[in-house]
Amino acid sequence: MRARFEIQLEKLNQGVTEMGALVEEALEHAIDALVHENREVAEKNIEFDREIDQKMKEIETLCLKLLLSQQPVAKDLRLISAVLKMVSDLERIGDQCADISEIVLTFPADSEKGLELKYIPLMADATRKMVTESVDAFVKKDLELAKAVCEYDDVVDDLFDSVRRNLITAIRENMENGEKIIDILMIAKYFERIGDHAVNVAKWVIFSITGERNGCGYIGHDEDMKGK
Amino acid sequence: MTAKINIKNVNLFYTQFQALKKVNLDIEKNEITAFIGPSGCGKSTLLKSLNRMNDLIEGCRIEGEILLDGQNIYGKIDVNALRKRVGMVFQKPNPFPMSIYENVAYGPKTHGIRSKVKLDEIVETSLKNAAIWDELKDRLKKNALSLSGGQQQRLCVARALAVEPEVLLMDEPTSALDPISTAKIEDLVLELKKKYTIVIVTHNMQQATRISDKTAFFLLGEMIEFNETETLFSIPKDKRTEDYITGRFG
Repeated sequence: MRARFEIQLEKLNQGVTEMGALVEEALEHAIDALVHENREVAEKNIEFDREIDQKMKEIETLCLKLLLSQQPVAKDLRLISAVLKMVSDLERIGDQCADISEIVLTFPADSEKGLELKYIPLMADATRKMVTESVDAFVKKDLELAKAVCEYDDVVDDLFDSVRRNLITAIRENMENGEKIIDILMIAKYFERIGDHAVNVAKWVIFSITGERNGCGYIGHDEDMKGK
Repeated sequence: MTAKINIKNVNLFYTQFQALKKVNLDIEKNEITAFIGPSGCGKSTLLKSLNRMNDLIEGCRIEGEILLDGQNIYGKIDVNALRKRVGMVFQKPNPFPMSIYENVAYGPKTHGIRSKVKLDEIVETSLKNAAIWDELKDRLKKNALSLSGGQQQRLCVARALAVEPEVLLMDEPTSALDPISTAKIEDLVLELKKKYTIVIVTHNMQQATRISDKTAFFLLGEMIEFNETETLFSIPKDKRTEDYITGRFG
């Protein structure tokens, strides 16, 4: 038995769990900053992204060390290579949470707070669910949950379309809010991308369990995943 | 693909001990097939039975069939002719205590080739095919035992190739060699598969992944799993294979 290797793999699992928790926290902050236009939370969240980047580097270092020293095969190789890929997606989610927070900081202090966000909180909730469940699927090695995350992406995509239509109507009704409306459209796009990254994480969970790539039957959804 | 060797329902006994249990396996032409498994799993026994090296062991009895190009090698055949067609390279380099030239020329001579011109040609071609000609061409008269371990092993490959075999059996051919010599042998084996069918026993699983097309995993005389090497080492089907290759065996 490779007791030391087992301990290191457990450490790797722990690292991904911790990174997942950091990313969920960043997403919570981004939603909070957006919905309440809370500049203080937004500023803190931009700083918080560094912690996520640091965690990714730690995990990547451990993966490379394990690849070098243990020359893993089979499920160990699948796990370590999947982790190397999924931390990039988690890190991107962190970046997009920081991006959302940066946009919140550009909102003019006297802008119309009452601008109808309508579908945005729904998108935020949907992507939060996807991120949480993709990390849970990794922690619990839950194939069905990972597949469910892939399927749930349709909900986020539909919400993005609704946001877009809603904002077009809002521009028609009041041109003065144009700048903020465009910012909100960008935020909606960030949420949509966060959903895509959660799908990627879920796909790597499926790969680490089964060895199947694009195992959730969601081929071609994401350009990033093509050819994987 | 065409199977060069068909192993059908092979049971092998050393007196009372059953070393191989109902092994079925097809070895494809111009491929490298690796046998892996813990010590005592039967992989070397199976390798040796492919050119009847086990005949030399007292009390060894084999059941089932091993077909070479469709012909049962345990039927009425000339064993010397079989071993000419199915050559072998062993774990430890074992050159004869004679010159480099004589080591390579030995096999062809025993098969009746006497012409100096012809023998010169065979020695040169064999050493070239074993990727050692450039290192040895100026000292063919030197004693083979003066060579380094890696050179000795490539000389042994050249010696095996000199009788123009069709199949090359290799029993842990790099386990006694340093990494540089190992890399040379691995490159050589990959080059040789264009002309030969190669079966290699190895304890080095990274080596199996580097050079073999297919891998068979053996445990306690049984063949547990046989598949494309990449598949076997990334998505093994049997838990016993997974446990062995990931080091969680036992």
